[in-house]
Amino acid sequence: MAEIPHLLVHEHDDNVGVVVVEGLTAGTDMLCCVTHDNSTFRMTSGADVPIGHKIALKDLKAGDTAMKYGEDIGKIIADIPKGAHVHTHNCKTKRW
Amino acid sequence: MASKYSNMTVRAYRRENGRVGVRNHVVILPVDDISNAACEAVANNVKGTMAIPHAYGRLQFGEDLELHFRTMIGTGANPNVAAVVVIGIEPGWTKRIADGIRATGKPVAEFSIEQNGDFETIRRASWAAKDFVHMTSEYQREECSISELWVSTKCGESDTTTGLGSCPTVGNMYDKLLPEGITGFFGETSEITGAEHICQKRAINEEVGERWYKMWKAYQDDVIFAHQTDDLSDSQPTKGNIEGGLTTIEEKALGNLEKIGRTSKFIDILEPAEQPKSGNGLYFMDSSSAAAECVTLMAAGGAVIHTFPTGQGNVVGNPIVPVIKITANPRTVRTMSEHVDVDVSGILRREQTIDEAGDALIEMICRTANGRNTAAEALGHREFSMTKLYRSA
Repeated sequence: MAEIPHLLVHEHDDNVGVVVVEGLTAGTDMLCCVTHDNSTFRMTSGADVPIGHKIALKDLKAGDTAMKYGEDIGKIIADIPKGAHVHTHNCKTKRW
Repeated sequence: MASKYSNMTVRAYRRENGRVGVRNHVVILPVDDISNAACEAVANNVKGTMAIPHAYGRLQFGEDLELHFRTMIGTGANPNVAAVVVIGIEPGWTKRIADGIRATGKPVAEFSIEQNGDFETIRRASWAAKDFVHMTSEYQREECSISELWVSTKCGESDTTTGLGSCPTVGNMYDKLLPEGITGFFGETSEITGAEHICQKRAINEEVGERWYKMWKAYQDDVIFAHQTDDLSDSQPTKGNIEGGLTTIEEKALGNLEKIGRTSKFIDILEPAEQPKSGNGLYFMDSSSAAAECVTLMAAGGAVIHTFPTGQGNVVGNPIVPVIKITANPRTVRTMSEHVDVDVSGILRREQTIDEAGDALIEMICRTANGRNTAAEALGHREFSMTKLYRSA
């Protein structure tokens, strides 16, 4: 892959992806790669998001389930527009 | 079926009991906290020895005491240790630990402090330590099959890059080397929470899977639910995990479990610090997710090399087992490269496949087994942390 991806997504069912470059700023035309089969798509980042942190791949509503690795990783607790930062302020474990 | 890994060999130390070690330590082992000073004095007197001070060993009882003995004996018995001087305050527990280590056939000398004092104990123990250094420094490495290595894993300061890169790298290594006959360890009981349904299915059969689930559930009920305040007492995920982008324990657990690859199955469950008895294969050890505690327990279980994926940059080492650090996080490579043994950040750039990263780790395991010092060894990281089950009497 000549161009380095900005965002990696584990599985096609996932609704969040991981920023894998430092210094990502809002409005970046991101190259996104699904690691399961190396397929790619493009998306615009909606916020400055640090490396390792997650971005919503579509509009998410409070009560939705966050999906990563094709698995349930917790519940969305505030509406998140596509491209925005997903973290502890808007996503929480279902365990406790 | 032969693979390109089948004929791999390393140059290592064959011990009296047939096990293969990759280091040749002479250890000065305290039975209890108040014998640390004598052990450190002996290690200072005799170069080429290493004291392993720790915080416990007095007034423990029941299962907690058994774990103490298992950890002490297992540490001395580890094949990376050539000979051991054991020092305790009194002769009873000192003998129990010395005899436990002696069962491997390696040279062990024991000393107790009461009715001798530190000075006389240190004098006598120093002579024994010096004899052991002369003897073991002439031991030679010999060619051993890679299949004879016992390799453990536990990740630390995880972030989202560990689940994308460094943990799958370890998983790929296990998928390649377990079929060749190595023995593997994984664990971190609390950190499987959120992926327990997946972990249970990775047992070799239903009976092992059910025993695994009972062990995990007992930990949940007896430790977490008994003591929790909030979201796993504000410690799972850790502050470092959250800084690195991990949001929930489920997300962390799914990344963690990438360390056992795609095809590997675990064949049995071990108590903390217990040595495997069911033959070659992968074992789950009931263990803390704290780095130093977990590596200490797995070393006591007999692992001779530890593979440690990290995201944000955990710096842990162990006194007797080389800890190989693997990271996929380019910021950690940029800011903390002195701690990194295997850089797999190419996975995030899609320049390196998991298969290639797994081969790079296997190469580093061989080099480490042959004698290359890891970053943690070079930097003097010798964290030895005993797990304690409950308060002492």
